[in-house]
Amino acid sequence: MIINFLRGALLISVFSMAACSTGPTLEAEGYSEPVFTAERILSEDAETRAASDVYDPWQGMNRRIYNFNYHFDRYIFLPATRGYQNVTPDIAEEGVSNFFDNLRDVNTFLNSVLQLSPKKSAQSLGRVAVNSTVGLLGLIDVATMFGINRPEEDFGQTLGRYGVGPGPFLMVPVVGPSSLRDGIGLIPDTLVNSYLKEEIFGEDGATIASLVDAVSTRSRVKFRYYETGSAFEYETVRWLWTTKRELDVAK
Amino acid sequence: MLKHSLLRSCVVGLGLLLATSSWGATEEYGYPIKDKYVATVVGTPSEYFADLPKKIPFKTRRVSIFPDREIPDAFFYDSELLYSVALQRKAAPLIFLIAGTGSSHNGGTNYQMARAFYQAGFHVVSLSSPTFTNFVISASRTGVPGHAEHDAEDLYRAMEKIHTLLLEKDDIEITGFNLTGYSLGGFNSAYVAKLDEQRRSFNFDRVLLINPPVSLYNSISLLDRMAENIPGGVDNFNLFFEDLMRGFGEVYKRSSGDVGDNFLYDAYRAMDLQNEELAALIGVAFRLSSASMVFASDVMTNYGYVKPKEMRLTRHTDLQHFNLVVSRLGFTDYYHEYFYPFYRDTENAGNRDDFVRSESLTHIQDYLLSTPKITVMHNENDVILEPGEIDFFREVFGDRAKIYPYGGHCGNMSYRDNVAHMIDTFTR
Repeated sequence: MIINFLRGALLISVFSMAACSTGPTLEAEGYSEPVFTAERILSEDAETRAASDVYDPWQGMNRRIYNFNYHFDRYIFLPATRGYQNVTPDIAEEGVSNFFDNLRDVNTFLNSVLQLSPKKSAQSLGRVAVNSTVGLLGLIDVATMFGINRPEEDFGQTLGRYGVGPGPFLMVPVVGPSSLRDGIGLIPDTLVNSYLKEEIFGEDGATIASLVDAVSTRSRVKFRYYETGSAFEYETVRWLWTTKRELDVAK
Repeated sequence: MLKHSLLRSCVVGLGLLLATSSWGATEEYGYPIKDKYVATVVGTPSEYFADLPKKIPFKTRRVSIFPDREIPDAFFYDSELLYSVALQRKAAPLIFLIAGTGSSHNGGTNYQMARAFYQAGFHVVSLSSPTFTNFVISASRTGVPGHAEHDAEDLYRAMEKIHTLLLEKDDIEITGFNLTGYSLGGFNSAYVAKLDEQRRSFNFDRVLLINPPVSLYNSISLLDRMAENIPGGVDNFNLFFEDLMRGFGEVYKRSSGDVGDNFLYDAYRAMDLQNEELAALIGVAFRLSSASMVFASDVMTNYGYVKPKEMRLTRHTDLQHFNLVVSRLGFTDYYHEYFYPFYRDTENAGNRDDFVRSESLTHIQDYLLSTPKITVMHNENDVILEPGEIDFFREVFGDRAKIYPYGGHCGNMSYRDNVAHMIDTFTR
């Protein structure tokens, strides 16, 4: 079960332990003292606390967006993915997902070039070249069969590469946990992606393609809001995500 | 020369002796990890997995257990009990699965068992542990989990409601009922089976307890002591946990980016964890689940354990403060400062020692001794048992106990022999 916990934590692609905020001072607010208080339990050592801090000055807004995402997921997004999975044979689902991954590999290539990383540039360019041709416009992931690794680089990571810190934690509607830096990074990434979709499908087709892409992507992410069993899910997701992004930038 | 041949015949004789004795004993057990901590943390390497279907129709569902219950706003999303099912299209026996401490109906272990039983032709209904937050909020009558009899009643109520729904909505045909659970879920299964003898809603055909504790108090004490192996002491809980995650992160960074079945095994090898650290990791993993359970319970009952009684939390309240406090507390703190006093005050639960003794399988051993349908699968080196506690199963269950030489706590549950034994228990 330990394994499940840790793997679960890693799988959501989100790593835990969260931010701090000292919390209410009980005496000042006239509450009766619980059996265990922070004063009694937590050591004075400030470092112990600071280690798990994530900078989250917009917490009020972020928590509301987290809540919104839960409802959006439960009543719109997940029913859509279930419908999609019901009408689509598994092999077609995989093709669709490969196709959109191939478009994302183009974006990874651009960011790898910006990061001056020859290895990742070669890998992502190689993947796009192989998958777009032999892989029938990306429907079949031949590159993975050939053993070409799939790096994932976005503009947030590129900014991080050049020393831009993550800034405040940011919960993005529908998309999920992010940071100010990565949220800004989403803009050029999305523009590149939309440009490719418009080139392939035309303007109207691109909108439909984006919807299919969103549903297909969601169907492959196991995370469900408020089903992790953590009573501190927001805090946990915040820390896991922040840690994961630190590692992504370093990778 | 004589000496030499004497020696030789001795060796040959010894060899024969060994050969016959191992031939007389059972076949060699092939689970590869002998160390109890490593097995508990790492589980089964994928090349030793049982052959199971990749995909089964395993669906999450919700059921309202107490429709009139007022749910605290901080847990607004837990008003209904989550569970999952995998149903056969034809008439089939049904098996209920109960997860271990803090684990969910769709966690890795339950899902793995669901695949095995679905493949073997069972309708599968998978339940979270009564210590899982969603269960505490939506389905625990008292809101204070860990009580052998109350947990069994809560589980039984949920199982009855789910059974009714299956008959009404799915129109499936059920040819018989079975029950299994691992760790605390195994313990729960024993008490649920006993309750069923009075209530008779299911009349279970077979019940299998997998790696259950004997005494809850002994096991939680062991787990708390494991957490004390944290380098620098429990005060360093947060730092240790963070270091560990960074360690895993380093492995992740060097990997191809995928967290597959063997990730932990690779991580363990790469990180070169010592036994103390592994023990600490086990203690920490349990503590993280106890932290959520305890906090949910405190909010539910307004006991005032870590949250001041008068304080009302909303869905937007920052909970990090409580997270830090409660994850620094152990199972035994909960037991002595909340769990026992709560039941002492609300149900005249007698003195502390009697209460501790009653929360055990020993307490119902007459029932376990006399009930052939209940069997157990356990490991000689399970880390949640005190030395000697494993003998309880040999003595009480006799032939009905299958005890493997190693596997730690639930580490060998995915190993092919173990899976075969699980299935065999219910199909022979």
